[in-house]
Amino acid sequence: MTLAPGKALRVAFGETVTELANDDPRIVVLDGDLGSSTRVDIFEAAHPERFFQMGIAEQNMLGVAAGMATVGFVPFVSTFACFAVARALDSIRVLIAQPRLNVKITGGYAGLLAGMTGKTHLMFDDVAVMRAMANMVVVSPADEVETRQAIKAITDYEGPVYLRLTRPETPILFDDAHRFELGKATLVRDGDDVTVFSTGVQTTRVFEAAQLLAAKGIETKLVHVPTIKPLDEEAIVDAAREAGFVVTAEEHTIIGGLGSAVAETLSDRYPVPVKRLGLADTFGESGPNHELLEKYGISIEKTAASIETLVRAR
Amino acid sequence: MTDQMIVTQPDITELEELVRQARVHIVRSIASAHGGHLGGPLSAIDMLVALYFGVLQIKPDQPDWPDRDRFVLSKGHSSIALYTTLAMRGYFSVEELDTFDAINSRLQGHPDMAITPGVDMSSGSLGLGFSGAVGIALGARAAGKDFTTFAMLGDGECNEGIVWEGAHVAERYRLGNLVAIVDHNKLQQFGWHGESVEVRLPPYTGNQLVDRWTAFGWKVFEMDGHDMNEILATIAKAKAHSNGPVAIVAHTVKGKGVSFMENNYKWHARVPTEEELAIAERELGEPTGGGAS
Ligand SMILES: Cc1ncc(C[n+]2csc(CCOP(=O)(O)OP(=O)(O)O)c2C)c(N)n1
Repeated sequence: MTLAPGKALRVAFGETVTELANDDPRIVVLDGDLGSSTRVDIFEAAHPERFFQMGIAEQNMLGVAAGMATVGFVPFVSTFACFAVARALDSIRVLIAQPRLNVKITGGYAGLLAGMTGKTHLMFDDVAVMRAMANMVVVSPADEVETRQAIKAITDYEGPVYLRLTRPETPILFDDAHRFELGKATLVRDGDDVTVFSTGVQTTRVFEAAQLLAAKGIETKLVHVPTIKPLDEEAIVDAAREAGFVVTAEEHTIIGGLGSAVAETLSDRYPVPVKRLGLADTFGESGPNHELLEKYGISIEKTAASIETLVRAR
Repeated sequence: MTDQMIVTQPDITELEELVRQARVHIVRSIASAHGGHLGGPLSAIDMLVALYFGVLQIKPDQPDWPDRDRFVLSKGHSSIALYTTLAMRGYFSVEELDTFDAINSRLQGHPDMAITPGVDMSSGSLGLGFSGAVGIALGARAAGKDFTTFAMLGDGECNEGIVWEGAHVAERYRLGNLVAIVDHNKLQQFGWHGESVEVRLPPYTGNQLVDRWTAFGWKVFEMDGHDMNEILATIAKAKAHSNGPVAIVAHTVKGKGVSFMENNYKWHARVPTEEELAIAERELGEPTGGGAS
């Protein structure tokens, strides 16, 4: 069973922030000249008086967002992950995280698939950077359904949040019965042979990999971790205790992302072997999505193969 | 160097024909790669051809020649214009343009000095390339070398604070060996809207860009960035000005050469369909499906 096609997370974001703003006058959007890509153009068309074009000037944009938050607004800042996290990091650190201001930083086009732009734009150490920052909440939803719920949840939460968003259309994993809860992991699939923690859109690939593995008699337990910080430590420790060894998967470098968070937690609380799947310690490159996923080893097939190798080695 | 020498050396008609061919390569490359940018490359290409065929002291067979003039495409998203020019100038084959944006290609979405011959500075995150160019010029000065460093920026790129940090330092050190060309095509990617959201305003209007660069202590010239004679003459004047940095504000048309792309922000980074490509080729005076090379 393959998953039904769904919208890109960026589209779900543009639509949801627009809807929420209908009833929540605190919501404003700040754009770094990328609205037509990150899809806050949807918001601009609906709420032009609450859309602020900051131009191609990200350090200033994050600072302006901090200022607006002190006046009672809930700014959603929209640009690509590379420019939010890498370019504007000092603004985020000093003006948003340290004073714990209510700014929602969205990192669009995060991960490996940023429309052939190549290494300058491919940001897959964003979670590592933002997770290391005190006071920051880090959320990485899997599909459009969860993205909508997550945006509602982070709007209700008072404080700085980094929301990871991606560019390509993404299959739908969750139905409307799904409940995203900040700081909580979700069991997506049960299985006895291997336990995988994954985050973001990579969860949809692991889910499909699990179907391939099931056909070979390998049953995967899949725990989706959409909030990377604060981490659902109980869910992770419980699953590790049951399984005895765990695998992590993410469209992010294996340095500092979900895999690191899980390994840190387990080494403190319940040491078991942890195998991290994700992107190697490298920069990306231009190319079509499916070729990048293959080459960098995180496609559905590559994920299935990696998990199978790990299971057979045990 | 006088205006005379520069203007009379290259054959204007030949350069204009190279520009035409380059536009065809650009449009075809974006269509076949299914990615990349169009509006900005098409506004910049006349100036790139002028630089690489009429101005820069370079040795394409020796891209790392230490005394070469340098060119930094700070508006790195216009990479296909740079790659096309480099290919036509002999840094690599024109056929290699077919690998633009492909996996394992040397021709990445944004210029990468680590892998592409002829790329003097990596860019793609707007504003950064210009800092690198200031550093090259400062380094040349400190090393006693007399080559010239050119940087090309977008007008939207001039939103970035770092551009003005670089401009300040370049003036401070009176870098007469640095020329910034601002591709003033009056559009950025999305920008501010006008009377409706469909209408996107220019990043700067009137004399704003000229005034800003002037206020930062730069000598400023303006030119029509699609007039080959004017481009060569203005660059010659800029080179001749040696007691401080020069900014050339080049008035251009985003998407220049293809009617439906001109002045239309939606063509910043759209991929043409087959039909659109055919129209573009026709408008650029090229038989559909033929080779421009
Ligand atoms: C720091 C940074 N922010 C955002 C972008 C995304 N981006 C790429 S091109 C572009 C618009 C550039 O406009 P302009 O400089 O006027 O270039 P042109 O119109 O000549 O294409 C933007 C916002 C980027 N590459 N770098």
